[in-house]
Amino acid sequence: METEVMTNGLELVYEKPDTLKDVPFHYCPGCGHSVVHRVLMEAVKELGIQEETIGVAPVGCSVFAYHYMNIDMQEAAHGRASAVATGIKRVLPHRYVFSYQGDGDLAAIGTAETIHTVNRGENILMVFINNGIYGMTGGQMAPTSLVGQITSTSPYGRKPAEVGYPLKITDLIAQLPGALFVTRQAVHTPNAVRKLKKAVLKSFEYQKQKRGTCFIEVVSNCPSGWKMLPKDTIAYLEEQMFPYYPLGDLKVPKD
Amino acid sequence: MEQKNNNDDVRLMKGNEALAEAAIRAGMDAYFGYPITPQSEILEYFEREIPNRHGVVLQAESEVASINMIYGAAGAGARVMTSSSSPGISLMQEGLSYIASAQLPCLVVNVTRGGPGLGTIQPSQGDYFQAVKGGGHGDYHLIVLAPSSVQEMADHVFEGFRLAEKYRNPAMILSDGALGQMMEKVVLPKEGSLPKTEKPWATTGKTKDRNANVITSLFIQPEKMEQININLQAKYAELQKEVRFEKFSCDDAEVLLVAFGLSARVCQKAVDLAREKGIKAGLLRPITLFPFPTEELRKISEKVDFMLVVEMNAGQMVEDVKLSTMGRCPVHFKGRMGGMIPSPEEVFAEVEAILEKQSISFK
Repeated sequence: METEVMTNGLELVYEKPDTLKDVPFHYCPGCGHSVVHRVLMEAVKELGIQEETIGVAPVGCSVFAYHYMNIDMQEAAHGRASAVATGIKRVLPHRYVFSYQGDGDLAAIGTAETIHTVNRGENILMVFINNGIYGMTGGQMAPTSLVGQITSTSPYGRKPAEVGYPLKITDLIAQLPGALFVTRQAVHTPNAVRKLKKAVLKSFEYQKQKRGTCFIEVVSNCPSGWKMLPKDTIAYLEEQMFPYYPLGDLKVPKD
Repeated sequence: MEQKNNNDDVRLMKGNEALAEAAIRAGMDAYFGYPITPQSEILEYFEREIPNRHGVVLQAESEVASINMIYGAAGAGARVMTSSSSPGISLMQEGLSYIASAQLPCLVVNVTRGGPGLGTIQPSQGDYFQAVKGGGHGDYHLIVLAPSSVQEMADHVFEGFRLAEKYRNPAMILSDGALGQMMEKVVLPKEGSLPKTEKPWATTGKTKDRNANVITSLFIQPEKMEQININLQAKYAELQKEVRFEKFSCDDAEVLLVAFGLSARVCQKAVDLAREKGIKAGLLRPITLFPFPTEELRKISEKVDFMLVVEMNAGQMVEDVKLSTMGRCPVHFKGRMGGMIPSPEEVFAEVEAILEKQSISFK
């Protein structure tokens, strides 16, 4: 009703889906998390699966994902979201289950859970936000931080000889027979957001068919952690992140 | 649920297998576990039985994964269980802290072995502190049951699920390698005799008539986190009414042995040896280790000359016995460690030695 008043009778072309709670996001200006949250909940709304969807929140900036997503959710320990999602899916096999994790969570402390969840081909969607840094704890080096990237724990730049190369965990995931659909997306332009939405919709459709794990990496930004203006993070994504983490599908089901 | 026609309710079984069979009969919805000696028969039993009966069984990639699968499945409203032995239980402590804070009912079985470290696969009670005092980070308690027979390995599964669901709290069966491996006669509980409980808080999918359910242990404002702690402590205080213990020959006892689990079986025999020699000995066996039979021990402490706590560790429950008796009577300790089991003769010799010392000091 409020929306009607605000539009003054003009055609409504864009609104907040009721699968998102009516509260402001706490994320930093320009951060990709809120866009990904919205895309996920738009997909849940469009598919009409709000009553059948259960999400798992991580530890990291998106620890409070359940403050925004208006669906039943569980908050997992650091790294364990895919194990928690496994537990939910195994006892509620007809529900849609997704996990949502950052790079430290999914690709460092939770690597074993990540690999084995996909290797079992759990019928869940795993959403992986890769912004190459630990945002919540204040900008430390992540497993996905780029070579030379300056962070609070790599103040002289990431040195592969000491700490290894940035981990392309999504490429590893794509090798596993349990993985059905593996894609790398972004949210830095409206077109990228539309592509991510398509990938999310497809993943929920696949989940219904119980054919294996769907894995979506979103190469995102962290203006606060990268110590950049939000608009400058777009250039950094395009010039630094995407060459190392190229966007596109890594694995699509044969059918 | 298919009701099995059980003419085989009375069986000769290993403790681990009796426990597993009882869990299926208790309507367990899901089990997640990882192999470790001396409890692997539990996972093996489920992998063999569950596909032909009911429920979910999954061999996880680690105990860390198991306990987090338990978190997810318990949060989704299922009756869930995991099991392991000491080193694996250590790996679960993070998850148990989260489960206790999120107030999820579940059952965790520790078929304890000797430690510390990789230790030995022989029976031990060295995980008493870990089980009873919390084990992970933060102020919390598990409900802890200590079986001392194969029969109780089965019975405590029902009791564990019942208490866990009644109090929305993780429960632990603190067993040991001997109880897990030994075979005894067991009368198995009837299938379907443990009713399902309502879990309106579970994440089963948000329906239109309610707000979204959230399972979490994160309460970032300290005022809120303190209130959560106050609620937990109130629950633990309420749990006191669930205290269970067993007494042998306590009515006229001048010497009280206190022991749980396997060492209580040893002490029962030691009481017989003492009585044969005219020593008025008795035994108190705590069945719940948390809540602890503090009040009963306080009462007995006013009647006996001394207590002797016997454990298969370096002295853990003895601290709780001392806190319960508050110096009203001397409390002695006899322990074996690292997977060794004390003999009844050894315990009786300790009783005699204490009596001897007392008579010298009286002279």
